[in-house]
Amino acid sequence: MSVSVSSLTDGSLSSIKGFLRTLPPVDQVGADARAAMLGTRSIKTASKKWAIDMAISMIDLTTLEGADTDGKVKAICNKAIRPDPTDPSVPHVGAICVYNDMVSIARKHLDESGGSDIPVAAVSTAFPSGRASLEVKERDTKDAIANGATEIDMVIDRGAFLSGDLEKVYSEIVYIKSLCADKAHLKVILETGELVTYDNVRKASFLAMAAGADFIKTSTGKVAPAATAPVVLVMLEAVRDFYQMTGVRIGVKPAGGIRTTKDAIKQLVLVKETAGDDWLNPELFRIGASALLNDLLLQRQKLTSGHYGGANYVTLD
Amino acid sequence: MTFEYSSAPESKAIVTIDPVYKLFIGGKFVAPKSGKTFTTVNPATEEVLAKIGYGEKADVDKAVKAAQEGLKVWSKMAPSERGKYLYRIARIMQERAREFAVLETIDNGKPIRETRDIDIPLSAAHFFYHAGWADKLEHAGLGSNPKPYGVVGQIIPWNFPLLMLAWKVAPALATGNTVVLKPAETTPLTALLFAQVCQQAELPAGVVNIVTGDGATGAAIVNHPGINKIAFTGSTDVGKLIARSVAGTGKGLTLELGGKGANIVFEDAPLDETVEGIINGIFFNQGHVCCAGSRLLVQENIQDELLEKLKRRMSQIRLGDPLDKNTDIGAINSREQLAKITELAMSGDTEGAERFSAPCTLPAKGFWYPPTFFTGVTQAHRIAREEIFGPVLSVISFRTPQEAIEKANNTPYGLSAGVWTDKGSRILWTAKHLRAGVIWANTFNKFDPASPFGGYKESGWGREGGRHGLAAYLKGAK
Amino acid sequence: MSNSKSRIDVKKTYKLFIGGAFPRSESGRTYEVKDSKGNFVANPSLASRKDLRDAVVAARSAFGGWSSATAFNRGQILYRIAEIMEGRSAQFIDEIVALEGVTPTAAKKQVEEAIDLWVWYSGWCDKIGSIYGSTNAVSGSFYNFTIPDSLGVVAIFAPAKPSLLGLVHSLAPVLAGGNTAVVIASEKYPLSAITLSEALGTSDVPAGVVNILTGSAAELAPWAASHMDIDGIDASGLSSAQEKEIRIAGADNLKRISTFKDGASPQHVLAFMENKTVWHPIGV
Repeated sequence: MSVSVSSLTDGSLSSIKGFLRTLPPVDQVGADARAAMLGTRSIKTASKKWAIDMAISMIDLTTLEGADTDGKVKAICNKAIRPDPTDPSVPHVGAICVYNDMVSIARKHLDESGGSDIPVAAVSTAFPSGRASLEVKERDTKDAIANGATEIDMVIDRGAFLSGDLEKVYSEIVYIKSLCADKAHLKVILETGELVTYDNVRKASFLAMAAGADFIKTSTGKVAPAATAPVVLVMLEAVRDFYQMTGVRIGVKPAGGIRTTKDAIKQLVLVKETAGDDWLNPELFRIGASALLNDLLLQRQKLTSGHYGGANYVTLD
Repeated sequence: MTFEYSSAPESKAIVTIDPVYKLFIGGKFVAPKSGKTFTTVNPATEEVLAKIGYGEKADVDKAVKAAQEGLKVWSKMAPSERGKYLYRIARIMQERAREFAVLETIDNGKPIRETRDIDIPLSAAHFFYHAGWADKLEHAGLGSNPKPYGVVGQIIPWNFPLLMLAWKVAPALATGNTVVLKPAETTPLTALLFAQVCQQAELPAGVVNIVTGDGATGAAIVNHPGINKIAFTGSTDVGKLIARSVAGTGKGLTLELGGKGANIVFEDAPLDETVEGIINGIFFNQGHVCCAGSRLLVQENIQDELLEKLKRRMSQIRLGDPLDKNTDIGAINSREQLAKITELAMSGDTEGAERFSAPCTLPAKGFWYPPTFFTGVTQAHRIAREEIFGPVLSVISFRTPQEAIEKANNTPYGLSAGVWTDKGSRILWTAKHLRAGVIWANTFNKFDPASPFGGYKESGWGREGGRHGLAAYLKGAK
Repeated sequence: MSNSKSRIDVKKTYKLFIGGAFPRSESGRTYEVKDSKGNFVANPSLASRKDLRDAVVAARSAFGGWSSATAFNRGQILYRIAEIMEGRSAQFIDEIVALEGVTPTAAKKQVEEAIDLWVWYSGWCDKIGSIYGSTNAVSGSFYNFTIPDSLGVVAIFAPAKPSLLGLVHSLAPVLAGGNTAVVIASEKYPLSAITLSEALGTSDVPAGVVNILTGSAAELAPWAASHMDIDGIDASGLSSAQEKEIRIAGADNLKRISTFKDGASPQHVLAFMENKTVWHPIGV
């Protein structure tokens, strides 16, 4: 009994509002409690090993700094391909995530270093604020795609969302999606820390999915709080319900604040017990992170060797 | 490969279970006069855990005398000093929390996640909360000089063994009473561990006395002339028996009895949280909860959507080894209870309701029942009226808020209810019209020492917890 | 105008008060009431168990409206009872003097105290919740509060004497708590209760909120105790043996049963109230 994504709304304000009104509200206290309960799951032995490798393969290894250089980007590309140089059984990461001007460097270095199967994601549309004209956003996106980005992480216009201009938010996503076409996957960053309420998170999630997002992503990493467990829970509920509604599976990408193996495993538990096992792969779940990778590697070494490791036994980048 | 949680059992090494337990009277462990014992089993494995002293009339008599002796010390003590003992008990319970949690799970069958996160911390919190009341009773709204009853007989159930002990013992002691407590026959172990806590806290002898046994032991407590007040938690039938026994004796009596709580879901409910609340309302503690949300009243225009979500969520429920930290639903407490649940659920089948059970694999040994709901239930079905005290939910639809209230109140019970809506005014309207002692809005089965708990109608007399709960242990309010 | 000497008094037929009406007993029974000197005074109805049943039906149907009336409204109605009684003081005094055999001064004092007691309980209607409710500091994001809530239908066996004051001591707190009442009047001294019913009938008390039966407490108590639609009993006027019996029978639906030996107290209101605790989430 599913309906097509394009039939959910015609893009007019009244139609978008009408669609979003069909969604059930979120009770903050209850969502917090559910996320906290799932946080108590205890993952041990074989399932922990599986989870660590899965988490590594889901990482969008990210550097998004004003101080980024060719050297820094090349370093993380190497890390992405061979996260643990001493252990070739470690999978490579899900993608590299960089600013627009670093896309070609990353793409080239990956291709030259045996990482041609690792996609490059570019943050786009005047990341992180999104405060630019549509022309600038268009150019930002086209450049990235032209330089080899196959994943576009766009930000929504939170100001428009909060002021009620849902038409603008929707039409921008539709337009950027049209630029991505079949060349790039579109991840839509909601910046949940600025949307504040879970009701807003749910509405923005559905708005983005109806507009054609392939992924919905929590945060830019520049605003706190970022990928909190209840926010990810609400977004996972959204993709699950969207699948029930349309038969289309949309991915979820938490980003920001996920630094430890424990954090990452909690994310996987959220996925398993909310959206379900179908989402437990890099095609439908990514984790935007940088420091996380080394903690996963340390924990992995502990599982393999039986003793605790140290920071100097994983590589810095 | 998929993400299957490996088993994550909590270590049993933290607890020592003695082969034989005695009664706790006058600050010492003493053998029952008859030398008789009974056994307690782990309901998840059916293994016998220990032999327990069987208390009879003579032992109750001895315990009452000890409590009367204890009262001489306890009632003369400065209230602030009484309070300090309760603080000590709270702290020791916190220190030994994991030990209590594991022991409770082994003896009761409930998941370690619940004993660890709910039963034991709440028990300690109850002592901490009431400790602070001990020297403030003149401010409790019960007159300027409220007096304790004296010796209080307390009979508690098996569903929350230590927590029910805390609900009973903490306020009784804070108000200056001494107690003779009988834990449930199938779950005596944490009460006996609590006796050790009393010893570690150097609680004066006779202030807390614990007599293990069965219904006959309880009757001996109820009928003992040296007891000034009875506090009972258990079935409505037994509560009525006690009320009749106590009639005309002048003994005080408070009762916390059964329920058939309505969990009302309006069309604008936050559905995902509602599903969690329904699960928590009826499957928490295997449904062995007097205030369980055992009747789901759902507005007809969202029934299909809600039940779809509920089914999907129920397929995620993890039933099994209660000591596994990832277990959501543990074992039914006893063979007898399992038989009762099975029989009542079967009446749902024969009376034409439609059953859905979560697709859980039940362990071969032990007592288990899968999380289940029935649709097509009307007010006339037995499963809509009788307390099942197990993981079985009856789904009933309604069309208007007025109809929801009528159906919710159409029961001799009146303990709890839930209301799910996004509309604050509707929460308060519904709460106002529900005839129930505890109403949870957009949540269910929440407990707190500061929050009075107890029922309307046949769900009981009096309240436990909060300022109102103190009235159960103090006389002379004016 | 005829000379008063030659005029025949118009004597009153003493009837029951059920659902705002004044019916005779469905049984047709009456009993003889005498004054303190043994002279015949009246043949009030000897209410039957079916009259009790009818009174409970009336009380139950009045409960919804009365318990959900605003506390201010209930307070005004209780005060109105005092006003109407004040106007009938002389009648109350005469009847008390005649039946109880007390002095007019003592009777006057009893009537004044009874009227003042209505005024006192009138003021409690909108204060009981403030004083005896609470907000509870729970651990968690919830606004948690407890409020006293009306119990339901309360049967009242008031003390035989003082016949008016004793009855008001029992009835006023029951009404202040938003309950409806079925009163079994003092068997030996029923006139105060009957006259009170006439005062109530002309005050603003909604029909069925108070129902007054005359007759035998011993006959009606077991029926009241076992009635599954009575929620509470004030047994102040029953013997301890009777009280024990009704406590045993009352256990069938766990009636709230109280007896009061002391004077006026908000605890008498609370004795026939439940406590309702509500957990309301705090979130955005």
